[in-house]
Amino acid sequence: MSPRRTSAGGSIDRTRTIRFTFDGEAHTGHAGDTLASALLANGVSLVGRSFKYHRPRGVFSAGVDEPNALVTILREGVREPNIPATQIELHDGLRAESQNRFPSLAWDFGALNQLGGRLLGAGFYYKTFMGPVAGPLKGTRFWMMCEHVIRRAAGLGRADYEADPSRYEHMNAFCDVLVVGGGIAGLMAAEAAAKAGKRVILAEQEKQTGGFARWSGETIDAKPADAWAAEITARLSALDNVRLLTRTAVWGYYDGNTLAALERVNDHVARTPKGHPRQRHWTIRAGTVVLATGALERPIVFPGNDCPGVMLAGAVRRYAGEFGVLPGEKTVLFTNNDSAYQAAAAIRRAGGHVAAIVDVRKQIGDEATALATEAGVVPLTGHAIVGTKGGKALSGAVVQAFDADTGRLSGEARPIDCDSLAVSGGWQPVIHLASQAGGKPVWDAEKQAFLPPEPTQRWIGAGAFLGETGSVEALASGRNAGLKSADKRPSRAKLPETAPSALDLTPAPVLEIRGKGKAFVDFQHDVTADDVRLAHREGFVSVEHLKRYTTLGMATDQGKTSNVPGLAIMAAARGIEIPQAGTTRFRPPFSPVAIGALAAERYGDLKPERLTPLHDWHEEHGAEMTPAGLWHRPLAYAGAGETVEQAYIREASAVRRSVGLVDVSTLGKIAVKGPDAATFLDRVYTNTFSTLKVGKARYGLMLREDGLVFDDGTTWRLGETDFLMTTTTANAGPVMQHLEYCLDILWPDLKVHLTSVTDQWAGAAIAGPKARAVLERCVTGTAVDNDALPFMGIVHGEIDGAPVMICRLSFSGELAYEVYCGAGHGVHVWEALLEAGEPFGITPYGMEALGALRIEKGHVTGAEIDGRTTARDLYLDGMLSKKKSFIGSGLMDRPALIDRNRLRLVGVVSLDGQPLGGGAHLVESGNRDEPGDSIGHVTGYCYSPALEKYIGLALVKGGKTRHGTRAFLSDPLRKRFGQVEIVSHHFFDPDGERMHG
Amino acid sequence: MLIDCPHCGPRDLAEFSYQGDATRTRPDPASTDTQAWLDYVYNRPNPAGRHREYWQHTGGCRAHLVVERDTLTHEIHAVAPVRGNAKSGDAA
Repeated sequence: MSPRRTSAGGSIDRTRTIRFTFDGEAHTGHAGDTLASALLANGVSLVGRSFKYHRPRGVFSAGVDEPNALVTILREGVREPNIPATQIELHDGLRAESQNRFPSLAWDFGALNQLGGRLLGAGFYYKTFMGPVAGPLKGTRFWMMCEHVIRRAAGLGRADYEADPSRYEHMNAFCDVLVVGGGIAGLMAAEAAAKAGKRVILAEQEKQTGGFARWSGETIDAKPADAWAAEITARLSALDNVRLLTRTAVWGYYDGNTLAALERVNDHVARTPKGHPRQRHWTIRAGTVVLATGALERPIVFPGNDCPGVMLAGAVRRYAGEFGVLPGEKTVLFTNNDSAYQAAAAIRRAGGHVAAIVDVRKQIGDEATALATEAGVVPLTGHAIVGTKGGKALSGAVVQAFDADTGRLSGEARPIDCDSLAVSGGWQPVIHLASQAGGKPVWDAEKQAFLPPEPTQRWIGAGAFLGETGSVEALASGRNAGLKSADKRPSRAKLPETAPSALDLTPAPVLEIRGKGKAFVDFQHDVTADDVRLAHREGFVSVEHLKRYTTLGMATDQGKTSNVPGLAIMAAARGIEIPQAGTTRFRPPFSPVAIGALAAERYGDLKPERLTPLHDWHEEHGAEMTPAGLWHRPLAYAGAGETVEQAYIREASAVRRSVGLVDVSTLGKIAVKGPDAATFLDRVYTNTFSTLKVGKARYGLMLREDGLVFDDGTTWRLGETDFLMTTTTANAGPVMQHLEYCLDILWPDLKVHLTSVTDQWAGAAIAGPKARAVLERCVTGTAVDNDALPFMGIVHGEIDGAPVMICRLSFSGELAYEVYCGAGHGVHVWEALLEAGEPFGITPYGMEALGALRIEKGHVTGAEIDGRTTARDLYLDGMLSKKKSFIGSGLMDRPALIDRNRLRLVGVVSLDGQPLGGGAHLVESGNRDEPGDSIGHVTGYCYSPALEKYIGLALVKGGKTRHGTRAFLSDPLRKRFGQVEIVSHHFFDPDGERMHG
Repeated sequence: MLIDCPHCGPRDLAEFSYQGDATRTRPDPASTDTQAWLDYVYNRPNPAGRHREYWQHTGGCRAHLVVERDTLTHEIHAVAPVRGNAKSGDAA
């Protein structure tokens, strides 16, 4: 056993040895250890390098507030950076790495930054990287040149490039009472509320409930406090109306008493069991919230306070009490209140040696004196620590006489030999959630702490959260909060008994000892007390400016140990009181949350997907699928040895030569019915539908109210009051919502009913010169010749027994039909069409061929209808009715929208025989290195089998006026530059003879 | 934020879509007053306090609702369906 581990005591299981590695070196710990406690037990004091100066750092706290001991965990193929070692439960095979060091933790090249420390103070970037006003490094160029060096030098852990294979879950929960914090106050509150019949959720961020009672060594109801906590927890778990969530941090408090929590379900085991989530994100809606979130200890700021071996006194007490670990052989305590005396006694009881207690106060009470006596020392009152000795490990502290009233040091500074220094600057209630809920924290000059605000939502505080630090008070306020949450009056029944404490945890108002050397306020972001004063001198005096200028409190720990000291130093610099200096409002999250947990099922295996009725057929026939929103559509049906490009060229050629078949089931379909349906369509489309004959379809264009194009599609008149509208795949949802808005809000008097029927129909478009011949072979119950089914005509019939609706319309420019049938008949009809088309070599085609055919025809899609184009930009002016008003007609004629020099639709042809690129810019200059300003961009491109060239559509300034001119494609990201000719976007069959034939 | 849908009961914000300011008035459809159209489409008051807004219960009954909400506290004072009210906001 390690010399730092006590032979007995604590809640670890000494019979179970756990093996883990830190920076590749093998260590052992015990069941119940955290990574931090195990490292301390192994005598590892150096665990990381600091953010900016690369200073050696060690474990500073024992909980969620840890600013220093951040490590990277390598687990199940993923590296997760910046995890506090104090929050990692030790398990077999755990692999952890230190961060921000090169080549190794002990010999770190970046530590040279310390020599330049004066240069790297607050505002360093802003001051240093304001480039010269002229020359090659003008403006931000100097910064850009230096950035990649600096980004490597400063920072913490490195994220992974690999995708996170873990699964995350999202859970919604409802309860009458949510108790946040499973310490003794929270446990009492939960039991009181549960006994009153309320549905209770108790969330505790650590692995088990009990909080402070787990290591305090106190007695409650004549039992060790941890045993008492275990008993009440067992009683609660037995209740049906109580849900206990451990390893669950409530991190956000939102409107309507909605709270967010993160449950670390499987981070404490070596391997996530199959089917389990790694973490679970909870959204909890609570009638009442009991905030029993406790308090966190603050450090005192003094020179050299970041040396590995300096820790919070409460943390030292916890390591001794819970883990049986002594952080050093000789410990000095430094304090401004009585809580360090409890830590001193705990060290002594665990068999450690206390070298000194240094107290800034002149006098201490009897109980503290008794604890000091138990620890075997006479407190050095009226003294302060003014420095530390040691580099990678503490070897001593420097002490000097100090007057707490004047802040003056006097007498000679003398060293004390020690390898551990425990500091207490008093306690700050964890008021983050109360602040998030709304309301400003209140500074209490007596307690020297921010207390919770008046509730602005339904929450009740309990325990140390209220600024009361004793267990007697916690038991009472916990029970009262539980009763109050159940609308019951405080009870006079006997509370669990525990010894009242006479200790004075109210700190003397000393949070900084000034002296020579760097004194850190925010360890994680390397913000020193001098940085705070520098911010003051440079005018960044408001709390919000201080925070942003120095980055104080902006690291992953969100300033849990640094906020109050930082504020105190700024207040002192300004000569005002802390409440006048203000406090920042806390924002979620209280502790870091993985983005994967927030995304939960919206990413990965459980992401919703929409599949057409033909999906399986596509996959069975070799289609490469491509996502289109939530849909999956076939990209191309590449055969053996065929590339996607070869496949789509083959498919598109087949359509032009003979006949092809494509799945169009994803198009949005909306049934528009009712006596006013035609009137309604006249108002939402730019063109007229009331004149459309039953049994005919019409292409329609929709604008937004601002006059820009919204969507296009065909709408079919199936009956006098019965229309079937189709929309683009991407806009099916937005169009539906737009139509509903119009009916609900603009024209509630119109008698129209809308139903989304996208999923009810399967659709196949059959296109090519032989399309009609194919239909003639398989359609029964109707003729399909030019008289029965003219362009834009609709007929009803059957294909192999399945009822179908056929509309003759064309996206490809060929003679083409869209065949719709009930979704359940989709595959049946599709296969019947293929069978009928066999003599003509019918070819299924995918999105790439569909795209090539439409580009050849100059048809627009979402790439051109990009929310910035007008109907005129797309040369669809003819669609704008002059006889009526419609959505968008009020603003579509604004001068800037009818400017002839706008980006307008053209065709482009590659002159160098190379492909164009989607999104590539067009320029006038042929100088590849100085291409000049863009005149437009390519919206879609393909190889045109009909033209045997690479062509594209583009939006270009002036549009048609540039037909016949040349320009250059400039695509530096893809290292492509080449000449193009600007032509009409109607590349192929401009008069439409083929589709009308 | 919870919105008490008159058709479906109190539901989470995630089920609703914000559909804009309910205090604006759409010009007469045939109006050629560009300024009136610009005001309707672009210009919005941004009150700190109570405000009337359209919300659509997209994840539920899909009805549009007029929600009176405090923009400072997110407190909701009133929820009513647009349809069935004397007049809708835009038409008023």
